Amino acid sequence: MSGNEAIAQGAWEAGVSFAAGYPGTPSTEVLESLATYDGVKAQWSTNEKVAFDEGMGAALGGIRTLVTMKHVGLNVAADPFMVFPYAGTNGGFVVLVADDPGMYSSQNEQDSRFFAKMGKVPLLEPTDAEEAREMMGAAYELSERFSSPVMFRTTTRLAHTRGIVDPGSRKEVSRKEFTPDATQYAIPVYARFRRPELEEKLNRLRTYAEEFPWNVVEEGDPKLGVVTHGIPYQYVKEAAPDATIFRLGMLYPLPEEKLREFCARFDTVFVVEESEGFIQQEMASLGIMNVVGKERFTNIGELSADIVAEGLTGTPVPQDFSNEIAVLPRPPKMCAGCPHSGTFSALRKLKVLVTGDIGCYTLGCLPPLSAIDTTFCMGASIGNASGFSIAGEERVVAVIGDSTFLHSGLPSLMSAVYNKTPTTMILLDNSTTGMTGHQEHPGTGHTLQQDAAPSIDFEALVRSIGVEHVTVMDPWELKNMRRAVKDALAHPGPAVVIARRACVLLPEEKARDRIPYRVDEETCIQCDYCYESGCPALVRGEYPWIREWECIGCDICAQLCPVDAILPVEPVTAAPTKEG
Amino acid sequence: MAVKNVLIAGVGGQGVILSSELLALAALADGQDIKQGEFHGVAQRGGAVFSHVRFGDRVHSPMSPRGKVDYLLALERLEALRYAHFVKRGGTVIVNDHRVEPVRMADTRPYPDEGNDFLQEKGFEVVVVPATQKAIELGNHRAANVILLGALANHLDIPIEVWEKTLVGRIPERLLELNQKAFAAGREMAERIST
Repeated sequence: MSGNEAIAQGAWEAGVSFAAGYPGTPSTEVLESLATYDGVKAQWSTNEKVAFDEGMGAALGGIRTLVTMKHVGLNVAADPFMVFPYAGTNGGFVVLVADDPGMYSSQNEQDSRFFAKMGKVPLLEPTDAEEAREMMGAAYELSERFSSPVMFRTTTRLAHTRGIVDPGSRKEVSRKEFTPDATQYAIPVYARFRRPELEEKLNRLRTYAEEFPWNVVEEGDPKLGVVTHGIPYQYVKEAAPDATIFRLGMLYPLPEEKLREFCARFDTVFVVEESEGFIQQEMASLGIMNVVGKERFTNIGELSADIVAEGLTGTPVPQDFSNEIAVLPRPPKMCAGCPHSGTFSALRKLKVLVTGDIGCYTLGCLPPLSAIDTTFCMGASIGNASGFSIAGEERVVAVIGDSTFLHSGLPSLMSAVYNKTPTTMILLDNSTTGMTGHQEHPGTGHTLQQDAAPSIDFEALVRSIGVEHVTVMDPWELKNMRRAVKDALAHPGPAVVIARRACVLLPEEKARDRIPYRVDEETCIQCDYCYESGCPALVRGEYPWIREWECIGCDICAQLCPVDAILPVEPVTAAPTKEG
Repeated sequence: MAVKNVLIAGVGGQGVILSSELLALAALADGQDIKQGEFHGVAQRGGAVFSHVRFGDRVHSPMSPRGKVDYLLALERLEALRYAHFVKRGGTVIVNDHRVEPVRMADTRPYPDEGNDFLQEKGFEVVVVPATQKAIELGNHRAANVILLGALANHLDIPIEVWEKTLVGRIPERLLELNQKAFAAGREMAERIST
């Protein structure tokens, strides 16, 4: 099982009956996996804050609940995350947060452990998949025993590593009745009374940390002491198998006394942790000073067994061969026939400033499309475009996917309508959450557990909030797309172009019969315009060459060709739409 | 049994993850502790993808340390160069004789066609398998990953029956025959190259 699957298994065994989240690498598969178990209602919520709020309600209502998100999702859910501890929970509540050191699929590197400290929430982190499964049970016991939300942190390497897991059976947990009590649950009014209680709870948690069964000392070399946690523990075992290791399963609050005793045994103790020096700083604040951590182990990117070995023993890490031979970078690119390529091919010629958002289409900033100028975080494109236009930029277009628009784009569009900002937005509606691997959302007509669901009508939605200029286009039709965007820009108020075509990787799209295209070298004038599509099926050479098995016949390159040198491989009876 | 380290690398969409899953399942069925650490997320979209598979008595880190990999299985030539520094001295690089031009960003150097010779000069044992070409002959270019896996199987101690059962257990029925042929072709090609 992968770490994520093991977490789902552990949650199921712990008796979780409700789970909610929003997709985000590397957390996505936890909910996808949990959705396949009996006795669990698992759902994609519109965003992480919504998922957290729903989870809070369910846990207060007395059932064991799991809420899942990636690190940046916790930023979105930070508001309830900070307040919930003031109330405490009824049924067990665990929030799974997956960090992405190395930014394999993220816009930033963020050590979410600091959130646990800021929110005064106990924080657990396993070292492998099997431990993740077991520790989920402990997380729910802890949550109910202390009436506190629990944060369960993983990282990409744990989430996506497969290891051997020994599954157990499900613990049946009956619903705990909710007793209304405004002094406990109506926080803003009673927060001042709750505040000291929160400190008291934290003190009780500090005592509990001393006996937490996954805070373990592994005896070894009496001269080499290491404090570590999570995946870095595995690197330490590999780099220094004989070390004496204090393995922390509970990272906040720390087991102060045990750590003090441990560190007193060594001249110097190494703290090996990924990302920031969270444990090291906590230890320093406890007055444990004979510690070496971030001075030796970088806070940038992932650690590895060899980086840990270098820090512990000075053995240099072997370097790659990029200084000796052209190890060219290979960034990801959009798929052959991707509807977003059509939108970006159209935008390129319009000389507009494009504010981007989070999704596959973020790749539109890469050459040869180079069609996106800014991208920051979920939902930012629309507000950014409004701001640019307020600053005096006249031709600005926001591009945002359907799932991202529902996640956090809608409030910005409402603000544009309300404040009469002439914001132009292209909704890249590919009928799925593409980047994370095709998750359902309120516009897809299906739920995570594959029930039919109402599907949001995007045209009606944006019209209902007051957008007067709305057009729907097929992004494969470049000329029409260009005209639609031009018209939208010319409109004096907020305007929306819905670029609608399903993701080519969706099974029903893959199953379609496609007629691939070919390049007629006799006609080709080697102008290279077709390469601007950024299509991976189009291979650069003396003449462009189309890999027929990859081409799905979207015809975008043919539309870019000024001399009609790109043609379907077989004559077709009905000529495809061809916009020059 | 000492830990064996395999690193599989390729371009998103070539089947790196599936081949590493097959290897991990075969090692598991052979009664070994396994860990498989992969990088995906944007994997379907033509970027560089890798997956570490480690098996033996007790495996800790999901990724092999650099300089400790026994076998690098590269589904594309440039990807062999990208990860070759993970391979131990004298270790084996099994490379698909296939070139996929990457998207160009700042680096304008030409594609390193001399890569295989470079690796040989570095002291690695380089086994070049025309897997994609063979896969197209077998009717589906996507089977290149299993052809390379067949070539790797010749180097490992996992019994062939275990591999065969793993294929049956993991590959959907409509693709099973193709993959069985691909696996056999890989074994046969590797044998021919090494003798």
